Amino acid sequence: MTMHMNDWIDVGAVDDVPVRGSRIVRAPEGDIAIFKAADGEVFALRDKCPHKGGPLSQGIVHGRSVTCPLHNWIIDLETGEAMGADHGCSNVVALKVQDGRIFMDARRLAAAFA
Amino acid sequence: MTEKLVVIGNGMAAGRVLDNVFETAPDRYAVTVFGAEPRVNYNRILLSPVLSGEKAFEDIVTHDDAWYAANGVNLRKGVNVVAVDRAAKTVTDSTGAVTKYDKLLVATGSNPFIIPIPGVNLPGVVTYRDLDDVNAMLAAAEKGGHAVVIGGGLLGLEAAAGLAVRGMKVSVVHLMPTLMERQLDAAAGYLLQGAMEARNVDVITKANTKAIFEQDGRAAGVLLDDGRTLPADLVVMAVGIRPNASLGKDAGLAVNRGIIVDDEMRTSDADVFAVGECVEHRGQCYGLVAPLFEMAKVIAARLTDDPAPRYEGSFLSTKLKVTGVDLFSAGDFADGPDRDEIVLRDAARGVYKRLVLKDNTLIGAVMYGDTADGSYFFELVKSGEDVSDIRDTLIFGRTFAGGASADPNAAVAGLPASAEICGCNGVCKGTIIDAIGAKGLTDINGVRAHTKASASCGSCTGLVEQILAMTLGDGFQKAKVEPMCGCTDLGHDDVRRLIVAKELKSIPQVMQELEWKTSCGCAKCRPALNYYLLCDWPQEYTDDSQSRFINERVHANIQKDGTYSVVPRMWGGMTSPSELRAIADVADKFAIPAVKVTGGQRIDLLGVKKEDLPAVWADLNNAGMVSGHAYAKGLRTVKTCVGTDWCRFGTQDSTGLGIKIEKFMWGSWTPAKVKMAVSGCPRNCAEATCKDVGVICVESGYEISFAGAAGLHVRQTEFLCKVATEDECMETIAALTQLYREQGRYLERMYKWSVRVGIESIRAAVVDDAAKRRMLYARFVLSQKTAQIDPWAERVAGKEAYEFAPIRQLDLAEAAE
Repeated sequence: MTMHMNDWIDVGAVDDVPVRGSRIVRAPEGDIAIFKAADGEVFALRDKCPHKGGPLSQGIVHGRSVTCPLHNWIIDLETGEAMGADHGCSNVVALKVQDGRIFMDARRLAAAFA
Repeated sequence: MTEKLVVIGNGMAAGRVLDNVFETAPDRYAVTVFGAEPRVNYNRILLSPVLSGEKAFEDIVTHDDAWYAANGVNLRKGVNVVAVDRAAKTVTDSTGAVTKYDKLLVATGSNPFIIPIPGVNLPGVVTYRDLDDVNAMLAAAEKGGHAVVIGGGLLGLEAAAGLAVRGMKVSVVHLMPTLMERQLDAAAGYLLQGAMEARNVDVITKANTKAIFEQDGRAAGVLLDDGRTLPADLVVMAVGIRPNASLGKDAGLAVNRGIIVDDEMRTSDADVFAVGECVEHRGQCYGLVAPLFEMAKVIAARLTDDPAPRYEGSFLSTKLKVTGVDLFSAGDFADGPDRDEIVLRDAARGVYKRLVLKDNTLIGAVMYGDTADGSYFFELVKSGEDVSDIRDTLIFGRTFAGGASADPNAAVAGLPASAEICGCNGVCKGTIIDAIGAKGLTDINGVRAHTKASASCGSCTGLVEQILAMTLGDGFQKAKVEPMCGCTDLGHDDVRRLIVAKELKSIPQVMQELEWKTSCGCAKCRPALNYYLLCDWPQEYTDDSQSRFINERVHANIQKDGTYSVVPRMWGGMTSPSELRAIADVADKFAIPAVKVTGGQRIDLLGVKKEDLPAVWADLNNAGMVSGHAYAKGLRTVKTCVGTDWCRFGTQDSTGLGIKIEKFMWGSWTPAKVKMAVSGCPRNCAEATCKDVGVICVESGYEISFAGAAGLHVRQTEFLCKVATEDECMETIAALTQLYREQGRYLERMYKWSVRVGIESIRAAVVDDAAKRRMLYARFVLSQKTAQIDPWAERVAGKEAYEFAPIRQLDLAEAAE
């Protein structure tokens, strides 16, 4: 059993994440980046590029991917996988949106930092 | 008994009526035609090709002497009718002879409108109406010199283009802001102006002619009401036409602007018809050929007892007959709240198409550059059919609407060898084909090198490639432009040109108009587009922070561990105890782990946490410091030595000049970073000769050099020029920077740009051409008006605060399972 009432953690409003941009959820284990694509859909990844650990939240969001600010790896927002010739994965955290609020799956949070 | 038909006028309308009458009832009438001109009937709308030399008069004759003879038409060449007696049913001509009629057709056409200004009756002033006018223009053109065409409508422009081909220096003076404003919208009028100018025709709009002045009894020039004078050996008055209705009026027919006719084309006298430009039908007078032909059909039917056809007015379409200028308009293309428009622009090919829709029908079309579908759109306008089903692809024309597909090379293949392909350099099709054959050319660069075609503005590149394809067949491989990124096939230069030409003012608009392959671009194209838009529309474009690389988005440099470095500006490398104290305090307060002196004479605070940035900036702002833009594709530093203030060798105040330059130029965005330096003497302690722009002070002034580098590549600067004063120095540097801003590809350093476009072309624009330099300078100054806002202060004040704070901080309990 979890220690709180709900397995879904309210991390903020969809409107608080800029379109084609991102915000960070600061967790004790590390940062989670919440991205919002041009069409308004939100995604969450561990904020750490599989390449050299760059903060993906600081990258440019385009389509359903983000380009890491350090060395331009492109990461798929849906899978966390590096695209193109690069290989690696940044763990995805499950999200759901309800009434304009973003909820993160608490049960899967720890796994993201595994 | 044969009836007598008398026709007054021998123009296109009259000719067409007779053609139609003889087709159905060849023997019904004994016809007499009075023609004011001493010649047979000809196609007046092809006078322009005669003027330009593309056709001879014989080529445009529609009814020759043999035709008149074969149809028993008594043609009275050069004879005017001076009076009509409707009671007696006779006409009296200029020879005094009286001719009887049963039916009379008035086809007196129109007269050129002459604006009532002094000098219009001088020798050397002509109108553009008939072959005599063309001959008068040709005679004048033979002597060369200047021609001024008053009127930038259809006729005026055709006359201007023809006279330019004949070697005259031609200016068109037009009252309205854009050419052919009755047939074209402003965008097409603008393209047309460019095309006319490429044909060496000067276009002066918003110009009201006040007088034509004389010298030695002849027209010598035109005076505009703003005081400007234009020299002219020939003045062509082409401001419009007026129905020639005076004979009808004298005959007692109902006349308003023109001779009033009903839907049967009858005048107020049932036995008298009128046709063409002399008539007024439902309040409308026409000056184009299509309505004339429709009227002619109705009159011929009446004259041959067919009661059915009626004339109910015409939709108009216009084509300009200037070789190489494709222009078409039809219907009503004004804006309106109840109207939609579909616009297609292809700036590289000089194509503009605009369709105006109302209630799901096409009501107007304007096309420039590619008019192949003109007749298709015109038919849709006339039919008024519902276009909802084909609306998505309507702008692409008949091909996409299921009709026959066109051969893309057909248009060029159909041009004569003399057709001009490259307007900038005056290269015609034949020259290009000859060069391809003689020099064995296989690509666009070869054609550019040997003929100069497409070597200037490049807008004819598509045409030249079509000629290559046509001439070489499969042997031609189209040159590949390095695309900007995977989102488009267009290169940086094309994108940039299209942004300006199509007036694209936002990233989504660019992507839409230029057919981006991705929904919102990528990390390569978005920052480039953001820069291009910011540079090209400085007053209008709103910076898109999400299209900025992180450093420019948060105004600090990201480090490998995700922290940031902060570099405040130190103007010209000068600082003070209070600034240094503030920096020290900030470093202590925020536990900034590293403080370093940079190569650009300032101090870098490394390892600042992102959340701390606004607070760090606030403290630095309070001490009077602003962002040093150490992260920017923009002006970084202006490094200086101490100059005459301290140095025993210094020749000028290099520190002062460096500070002035930095204060003037900070905040400007450029394709890549720009570093500058000012050294007080040729010993060059500020290392100005490896900067993007460097100034070396000497006793007699300032030596400006540019395009140096000391990074991935090491390059000494190139000498640009030497100037005497600080002001000239500032103007030159700003102009140089502006040229680089306008021409440089995103991320292309100044030294790479200079190699690509050539040092000489830069020197020509910035040094040799004072007017161009001042224009560049002015554009830089304009851009700076909105650029010099300290981004740190903005963020201290709360701008984009979401950038610097987590959306949520989870505590252990929440995060734990």
